[in-house]
Amino acid sequence: MGYFYTTLKYLAVTLWSVFVIAPFLWAISTSFKDFQSVTNGATYIPWVDFEPTLEGWRALWKSPAQGGVAIVEPFFNSVFVTAAGSAISILLGTLAAYALSRFTFKAGPIRNGDITFFFISQRIMPPVVLAIPFFIMLGKFSLLDTLVGLILVYIVLLMPIAVWIMVDFFNKVPREIDETALIDGCNPYQAFYKVVLPNSIPGIVVAGMFCMIFGWTDFFFSFILTFTEVQLLPVAIVALNSSITPWWSLSAAALVSVAPLVVVAFIVERFLSKGNLSGALK
Amino acid sequence: MNFRHKYMFLLPGLLVLLGILIFPIGFTVRLSLSSWDSFYPGLDFIGIENYIRLFTDDLRFWEAFGRLSMLSLTTVFLQYVIGFSLALMVWKDIVFQRFFRVLFLIPMMTTPVIMTVIWRTFFHESLGPVNDFFNLFGMNPLWLSSEILAKFTVILVEVWQWTPFMFLLLLAGLLSLPKEPYLAASIDGAGPIRTFVYVTFPLMAPISIGAIIIRLIEASKIMDTVYVLTSGGPGTSTETSSFYIFIKGLREFQFGYSAALSLTYLIIMIISFTIIAKILVKLMVRGN
Repeated sequence: MGYFYTTLKYLAVTLWSVFVIAPFLWAISTSFKDFQSVTNGATYIPWVDFEPTLEGWRALWKSPAQGGVAIVEPFFNSVFVTAAGSAISILLGTLAAYALSRFTFKAGPIRNGDITFFFISQRIMPPVVLAIPFFIMLGKFSLLDTLVGLILVYIVLLMPIAVWIMVDFFNKVPREIDETALIDGCNPYQAFYKVVLPNSIPGIVVAGMFCMIFGWTDFFFSFILTFTEVQLLPVAIVALNSSITPWWSLSAAALVSVAPLVVVAFIVERFLSKGNLSGALK
Repeated sequence: MNFRHKYMFLLPGLLVLLGILIFPIGFTVRLSLSSWDSFYPGLDFIGIENYIRLFTDDLRFWEAFGRLSMLSLTTVFLQYVIGFSLALMVWKDIVFQRFFRVLFLIPMMTTPVIMTVIWRTFFHESLGPVNDFFNLFGMNPLWLSSEILAKFTVILVEVWQWTPFMFLLLLAGLLSLPKEPYLAASIDGAGPIRTFVYVTFPLMAPISIGAIIIRLIEASKIMDTVYVLTSGGPGTSTETSSFYIFIKGLREFQFGYSAALSLTYLIIMIISFTIIAKILVKLMVRGN
């Protein structure tokens, strides 16, 4: 490989890295600014361009009445809804995926492949198509603006992802494992619980990560289906954007919301290097 | 393998999904045949009047649809080219390999709307760093409020956000490729470019098609970014189908009409994806 090619490669990789990091650096810098350093044009380096303060970060805990942004409660709402939605989706999705991978289903012209496609095809549905009926339906059951209502909607959002990843995963777990367990005297439930499940941890972890990403980053449904009682983090932050919130607390709030999932990038890379992810994603 | 308890595994998930979905879909169909709006809420029956209006008297919907096609095809194409290049670059022979891989994955882990809020300050026309740079040359581009540049900004943000997803799928594919074809290629004395054209690209075709289709499906739903970044403006120059339906349904509360829009949009989407998938398969696996 020539020098020219290698130079070009490092140049390209460096440029893209700068592009990826730029908004984060800008947000970190902005979160330490005060009124002066924001409104007099762009400033970048603390202590050189401006005098850093912790005002933006302190505002996260204060209520709006005290000039704060109060994102602690939305943060935990988001954690709860994402965790509950993901857990239920993974549980039901894993069971369904196991059935679709191991047993034969037949109902008229419908075969296993069709049922799998039905699950996965829910991802094609644009959120806006479901928004109005969900709005009316949750209203009928008095579930608008509640955590339970959101979790129900998140199951529709996340279960297709869980089924998609787990069907592929189970197809790669050798059938002999289950059959040996059955011969050894397990009933099918025990075979699943004691033998197949422990061998499927990598698949479940990958499915779980994807559910968490798509749950944590969803905005549209929580935006439409909640008003004042329950607020999730993305909605809370976007609401700040439209009010006259100062950029420093806005940036600090945005960073708090983005940080937890950045950890997931490290886990995904781990799986990628070990070759577990390619199996689970194809 | 077969046994009578197999439904115990399948049914919980299937029934929950069907239970939550059947009503919304059935209701949308019925709603699209009514004139439900904020003045006369209720399920009357007006036949296919909404659909006639949609096909004969709603240029804005079709313009939004054209814009959506342009935006999603452009962004997905860019994401594929950039994502594939990046994946090839960090595939092997690079220092700090793991660092770059993690870094390139990070944007897809961030919440699109929240990053968009930051991008808004980044592209702010008088206080943001981008125009601080352009001011050096005496220019002050209107990133969010000129018709052409606003489209460019939306594309840029989408590419930043979702190239990692393409990168992830393609890198996972590259890492699972068999070694033998490469051995054969190097014995035949093929250079890096020939190896890519005749070995890597054909082997990656199925994964590429899958990745492009998945991204197109997700890109066709684009609306969060647009809502926060430009609110569809200036005028309607960045308004996409989802965003237009959102305005009709949940801003102007024309529930009946927006249901008709939703169903038409959904059906067009399903047909387009089928056609695009067929074309991609033809284009990319013609060799075999």
